Amino acid sequence: MWPSLDRWASLRNDLDSLLEMPFWGASGRQSQLFSGWTPALDLYQNNDNIVAVVELPGMRKEDIELSLHDGTLTISGERKEEASQENGNATRTERSTGKFRRSITLPTQVDVNKITASYKDGILTVTLPKAEEAKPRQIQINLN
Amino acid sequence: MNTLVRENRSSNGDRPTPEQFVAPAATVLENNDGYTLEVEMPGVNKESLEMWVENNELTILGRRSMPVIEGTRLHQESRPENFRRSFELDPSIDAGKISAKIEQGVVTLTLPKAERVKPRKIAVA
Repeated sequence: MWPSLDRWASLRNDLDSLLEMPFWGASGRQSQLFSGWTPALDLYQNNDNIVAVVELPGMRKEDIELSLHDGTLTISGERKEEASQENGNATRTERSTGKFRRSITLPTQVDVNKITASYKDGILTVTLPKAEEAKPRQIQINLN
Repeated sequence: MNTLVRENRSSNGDRPTPEQFVAPAATVLENNDGYTLEVEMPGVNKESLEMWVENNELTILGRRSMPVIEGTRLHQESRPENFRRSFELDPSIDAGKISAKIEQGVVTLTLPKAERVKPRKIAVA
């Protein structure tokens, strides 16, 4: 049986968004490869660290998961509907609930044992110290 | 009549606002006692949140204090603008009794209905 045209169209969109991905492979916010919601993610780099900053308003700390596998950082979790939503009728729903997942291929090797994360005002900050061998090195040149 | 929030997009009035804002995502719930309004403002805390009611219109303004990271930004999806959004209040709301809290970047407002409009059970004598 032929796949429906819709299926082809969505496959094409998936391919398009893959091709548009930046070099470190962060999945685009509109990516259709994953059906959950996609929080905004910023990525920074300095001499010592790679830092990911993710907007995750209204989460519980324990509902956020971090993992690192083969140089890819994955931030995932689930935002459960508030208890209040059960005793009221939603007349407008713009907040996303349910699962989310973001994966980023890190531009350098990091020291897995020294990764730290903080969650404040609905913003998750993950600090990944670069592995010693990945740090830029200053070379002393003696000029005679 | 039943909607708490008819969003008012031209809420700047006569005052020109040079600053650009982003409208935060909001969810509105209604029950017999009133409405609950949840507004997502990541990066906003109690000190940087302002709310007021004027001409039966509720305005929420949140200034973001994002973590300052040294170095080069490799990728950005967040918006740098502060948050602002206005909601027209349903006439059933008792504007004097609105309360609010902010937790992990989500503002939760409780907007009780005035006693006179609440559904009332009538006992048979």
